[in-house]
Amino acid sequence: MVRNIDACAKSYRERSLPQNTFLMARSKELVPGVGRLSRSQVFAQRALYKGQKKSTPKAEADAPATVEKTIGGGKNGGKRLVPTSKASRFYPADDVRQPKKSRKTPKPTHLRSSITPGTILILLAGRFRGKRVVFLKQLESGLLLVTGPFKVNGVPLRRVNQAYVIATTTKIDLGGFKVDDKINDSYFAKAATKGAGSAEAEFFEGGKPKAKEAFPESKSGDQKEVDKAVIAAVKKTENLAKYLKTSWGLSKGQFPHQLAF
Amino acid sequence: MSTDSNFKRFVEVGRVVLLKSGPFSGKIAVIAEIIDHNRAIIDGPTTGVTRQSFPYKHLTLTPLSLTKLPRGAGSGVIKKQLEKEAVVEKWDKSSWAQKRAAQDKRRSLNDFERFGVMLAKKARRDLVRKTIHKAKST
Repeated sequence: MVRNIDACAKSYRERSLPQNTFLMARSKELVPGVGRLSRSQVFAQRALYKGQKKSTPKAEADAPATVEKTIGGGKNGGKRLVPTSKASRFYPADDVRQPKKSRKTPKPTHLRSSITPGTILILLAGRFRGKRVVFLKQLESGLLLVTGPFKVNGVPLRRVNQAYVIATTTKIDLGGFKVDDKINDSYFAKAATKGAGSAEAEFFEGGKPKAKEAFPESKSGDQKEVDKAVIAAVKKTENLAKYLKTSWGLSKGQFPHQLAF
Repeated sequence: MSTDSNFKRFVEVGRVVLLKSGPFSGKIAVIAEIIDHNRAIIDGPTTGVTRQSFPYKHLTLTPLSLTKLPRGAGSGVIKKQLEKEAVVEKWDKSSWAQKRAAQDKRRSLNDFERFGVMLAKKARRDLVRKTIHKAKST
């Protein structure tokens, strides 16, 4: 119920105001557009005047207010002072609120302490759920970069959310291995393609199903390069490759909260 | 007594008990004194259980007991008798204690170690199967 009301209020705001406005963070809305606190009360609550001023405002180079221009025509006096920026011809009848600028920046995602490079993870969601994979590094977006390795269990270089992962205590020693910096979030982005004109054109070509596009060789090369180091580390422990090959699951009478990983 | 009881284990002074709950759960102790029909004073100077009153509800009687423990004996006497009769060693050797230890061990294994157990069991099964087959065919 409450959610519905919120959604209504939001849509109301969106209709009447430009997008991305963030109104009344502190002052609760009584009715749409009217807050509980006045403007000065909100100012007092935000207490921005208390904070230490870290930066001094830059002295802007004053642009001259007017420019002298030569004017053609006999009776125009030859020269005239013209304002550099022309004043608006009319004023808005109603006050328009200045949208508040957000000074919030997203915090980098916290990586679970049980996950370090070389940790064996169990994937819980997605196409490869149940697979045991090796964690390589955390990407800028906070997602985890993992690999099967591909040759061992068929899981390619892949991004996963750490929420959908069980971290085991088993770790492999990757030594000083560093994943190439080119493997980042944009590496996994899909290439922008023009939308096909019709569903027909999307799947068929000349009356036949379209041939599958080959996997880019550069990417399979990257996969091999990363996996080389990982597989070498996996081989050092007996049975570890076999372990990675098998999928994880719960059998009767097993409960994940009672298991040690 | 007219007839012997069918029961073998009694709540009695000197009875070795296994604790089932509380911070000392899983450890053994000795009944030093019986308080009432609900509680007894137990003590385990060699097993790390402090002298305390403990409800029968939360303990199990073991077949072991100290034969000559006087009522209300102090920790020192209990310790001496426990060592003399080697009760802790006897307990550790019992199949009950060994089963408990194995259970605890199995529960503490991590995912990879569980996988190792699975492989070992498979190998054992295979060996047994092959040997039986060989014995049958000859």
